[in-house]
Amino acid sequence: MKKNVKRPPKRKGLTFQQLIFDLQKYWSDQGCILQQPYDVEVGAGTMHPETFLRVLGQEPYQVAYVQPSRRPTDGRYGENPNRLYKHTQLQVILKPIPDAVQDIYLRSLAAIGIDLRRHDIRFEEDNWEAPTLGAWGIGWQVLLDGLEITQFTYFQQCGGLDLDPPSVELTYGLERIASFLQEVPSIFELRWSDKVSYGQVRLMEEQQFSAYSFEAADAATARKIFEMYEREAMDLLDQFPELEESERERFPVLAAYDLALKCSHLFNVLDSRRAISTTERAAMIGRVRAIACRVAETYLAQRGQLPVAAGQERR
Amino acid sequence: MRQKTKERAAPGQTAPAATLSRGTGHYLLEVGCEEIPARMLARAAEELRVLLGKYLATYSLADAGGIQAYGAPRRLVASIPALASRQPDSRTETLGPPRAVAFDNVGAPTRAAESFAAKQGVRVGDLEITSTPRGEYVVARRLVHGRPAREILAEIVPRAILELSFPRSMYWTRGNGARFVRPIRWIVSLLDDKVVPFAIGDIQAGRFSHGHRFLSQQEKIPIARAADYLAQLRAHFVLADPEERRDKIRKELARLVAQRRLRLRPDPDLLEEIVYLNEYPTALLGNFDEGYLELPEEILVTVMRGHQKYFAVEDRSGRLAPHFVAIINMKTDPGGTIRSGHERVLRARFADAQFFWDTDQKCRLADYLTRLTGVTYESRLGSYFDKVERLRRLARGIAEQWFNSGIPEADLPTADRAAELAKCDLVTEMVRELPELQGIVGGLYAAEQGEPVSVSWAIYDQYHPEGLDDSIPRNLAGCALAIADRLDSLVGCFSVGLVPSGSSDAFGLRRAALGIVKILLERRLTFSLSATIAASAGLFQSLKPQIEVSPEAENQVRQFVQERARYIFHERFGYGYDEIDAVLAAGADDLVDAEQRIAAVRAVRRTKNFEPLAVAFKRIRNILEKAGPTEEWRLEAVSRELLGEAAERDLLAAAERVSKEASRLKRAGRYREALEAIAGLRPEVDRFFDDVLVMSEDLSVRKNRLTLLAQLLREFSTIADFSEIQTENSAR
Repeated sequence: MKKNVKRPPKRKGLTFQQLIFDLQKYWSDQGCILQQPYDVEVGAGTMHPETFLRVLGQEPYQVAYVQPSRRPTDGRYGENPNRLYKHTQLQVILKPIPDAVQDIYLRSLAAIGIDLRRHDIRFEEDNWEAPTLGAWGIGWQVLLDGLEITQFTYFQQCGGLDLDPPSVELTYGLERIASFLQEVPSIFELRWSDKVSYGQVRLMEEQQFSAYSFEAADAATARKIFEMYEREAMDLLDQFPELEESERERFPVLAAYDLALKCSHLFNVLDSRRAISTTERAAMIGRVRAIACRVAETYLAQRGQLPVAAGQERR
Repeated sequence: MRQKTKERAAPGQTAPAATLSRGTGHYLLEVGCEEIPARMLARAAEELRVLLGKYLATYSLADAGGIQAYGAPRRLVASIPALASRQPDSRTETLGPPRAVAFDNVGAPTRAAESFAAKQGVRVGDLEITSTPRGEYVVARRLVHGRPAREILAEIVPRAILELSFPRSMYWTRGNGARFVRPIRWIVSLLDDKVVPFAIGDIQAGRFSHGHRFLSQQEKIPIARAADYLAQLRAHFVLADPEERRDKIRKELARLVAQRRLRLRPDPDLLEEIVYLNEYPTALLGNFDEGYLELPEEILVTVMRGHQKYFAVEDRSGRLAPHFVAIINMKTDPGGTIRSGHERVLRARFADAQFFWDTDQKCRLADYLTRLTGVTYESRLGSYFDKVERLRRLARGIAEQWFNSGIPEADLPTADRAAELAKCDLVTEMVRELPELQGIVGGLYAAEQGEPVSVSWAIYDQYHPEGLDDSIPRNLAGCALAIADRLDSLVGCFSVGLVPSGSSDAFGLRRAALGIVKILLERRLTFSLSATIAASAGLFQSLKPQIEVSPEAENQVRQFVQERARYIFHERFGYGYDEIDAVLAAGADDLVDAEQRIAAVRAVRRTKNFEPLAVAFKRIRNILEKAGPTEEWRLEAVSRELLGEAAERDLLAAAERVSKEASRLKRAGRYREALEAIAGLRPEVDRFFDDVLVMSEDLSVRKNRLTLLAQLLREFSTIADFSEIQTENSAR
């Protein structure tokens, strides 16, 4: 089987960083605040508190941010042209949902140089679910000439709570879109900037984290840390109902959420080490979800949008 | 005062002189939506048709037969070309007070009559008298004019829309806002050229539709008249009618492949899905690097079909060709931009598949065995590694049964090896990525790594048949493995209480049992159900995780499989349920043998002696049931001395003669002749019942006769239990 045909170097399409600039500019112009990536390992942009927590409650919110997302089982040592341990998402949250949300989204594609009249763009059913977060929504994957470039979701539930009003979540897969625009056969050949390739910036990271999550990570240790974080999160959350009203505002629910994210990532590491059986898997997902759901309830209770008691009963 | 009110349309009320002319109008409804999932569209359209039909029929405006409903991704449409413009007039009758209460003794109306008339909106002078079983009553009769259709539509259409059921619906404005499958963005509701107004959530029904998302030049399209809808949308690149889309796709597919002297791999399910994925479908032929043809076709086709929804194409010799057909939702592809995009995506997918293939080939299939310890089959039933340990022994045992029954090509080591490698592909990269290829990938890898063809085929085919219309494994080892796998699942699941009930059958046990039956019957394989179930139960008990299997569980599994067999005998072989039940009642441990016996029953049941004999056997059974507990009358053997009547002596003699003959024929598998021999007993049986009173006063004579009958029933029910056969005069 021969390798992909070498193509003459082209300088087509936006660089990776220009793509990010342009999308951020577009969404900033639409009234979004631009946030920064979260500094805890996450598997998807949804896990950033700017999504997970901000979609809860009634306050309107519009935000866009880039989020590098780690999926240990998708690591391929940088050898597969299309798979990454860590890929980059651009995430947009709009609450409430504008009526013309599909058109607003499509104009963002035009903003990065995609001529909508010369391509085959479609919305195909794909309901998204994040079991570790107790979150799910209804929506589509957006296909551009057969390439999945965005997950478009009407968020219905998060942290086990019904969202009212609902939010829309747009998740762009930036490497895919850049490969499409630049017409390169491998992500690692992408131009990150005019002078530097994606591979030069990221290959080392792909190799080392694949090696860590498939070979080096010690399952027993990962399990132990998982349990420590879980314990810390639950102990923390247990304190909230005991607090006087005046003390609640400074209760560190955000820290409890970070601990849930740590657990989620460790679960992924264990999964990539294939250290989890099918049944244990469901149980561990349930444990992370339990923390996430309590965080969501506590967050709302802290803001006076959910009675404290409700958070307790749900346990 | 009690009033009885009843409303009904007067009979013969089709065209009362008083009504306005009852013309018809064309009603059109378009629910404009964001992209509705393809798999739900056709069903939603049908449901809309039925719901509208139901409501319109209650107002006598139309019925479901006069409604067309269809859909495209962004719209759900109902069109009613001949809708009555108004509801027919009707007469109502309202029963008032009794005559004696309503009128005094000089016949003048009382207060009761006056207030009743006022309430009903008629004059007192117009009240009539009607006689009922309870006496004479006052009645108010009124002519009610039918309401105009537009008024009724405005009420029922939004109700029908919101009543549509989808597997999953959503809300998009507020928690208490409208729910639908995807957000509703506009509604067209026109009766001829007039809007029939209503609202769903914030959306007001009107006349503005939307064309193709990218091809239409106009943002909003005012629909002039209901009848113009399809044509106006077509002008804006929406083929709203799925028939038109299907037709366009079919023609273009045929044209594209014919130009290149290729052939399409037919895929009706994919075609149907694609019809509902596009508003303006256009076929486009793309290419891929020939080098990828070195990967197995199964993998390439699955990638093309499952992930990309492309049609696969073959050359004249039937080999997969390095092309594909994509259906795009656009009119043209100027400069081939779209084609090259699709080609790049497919190249990346194939590169992935190639990567998985290469990675997986770095070790041998058998090396994956130990990894199966980490893959749970079911928490109580252990891992797939444990399952494989059982499967090896069970498949071997099944092959041994077949070898011993005279099938020399049943090879034990082949069955064993196939079972050993059968589940290894579950932990390969390829199956993790393309789970629908489990089994197939294992078979392909086995072949690639030099396992014998018989082994690789067996692995490849193990999950077949997937349904009644699917083919069975090609070779005996495959059959042994497929049966072992399914029986192991059945015995395991039943023993831990995972018994299918109603619609819940998480482990697919019904399909598993059907698969076993289909394989056995189609290949005509000798097989002892009970012995194999017992063997499987033994393996669960002796091997990890050592599950206790109760005799009841074993029985349940046997009956469960026989129940599927009963279904297949009826559905696929066309046997009557009574014929099947007659044989099942006589025992059906070997399904092929059972099938032969059913065939024999069917063949002889039309002969002259058979049905009367069946009646007689039923009579015998009834007599024995009424005779009380067996131990109260059963003798060790029939006593000749006690047989006083000639008829009973003759019956015994005939029975002994026929019994010998029938057993001989049965042993030779000549069931039809055996049954005919038994049927020959009829004259003796008839005469017995004519001449002999079974329930004799003399207790010892009675016991002897009962014993004779019991013996008869037992000896002659080993092929089929005749008393199960439905006869003309049998009361079942």
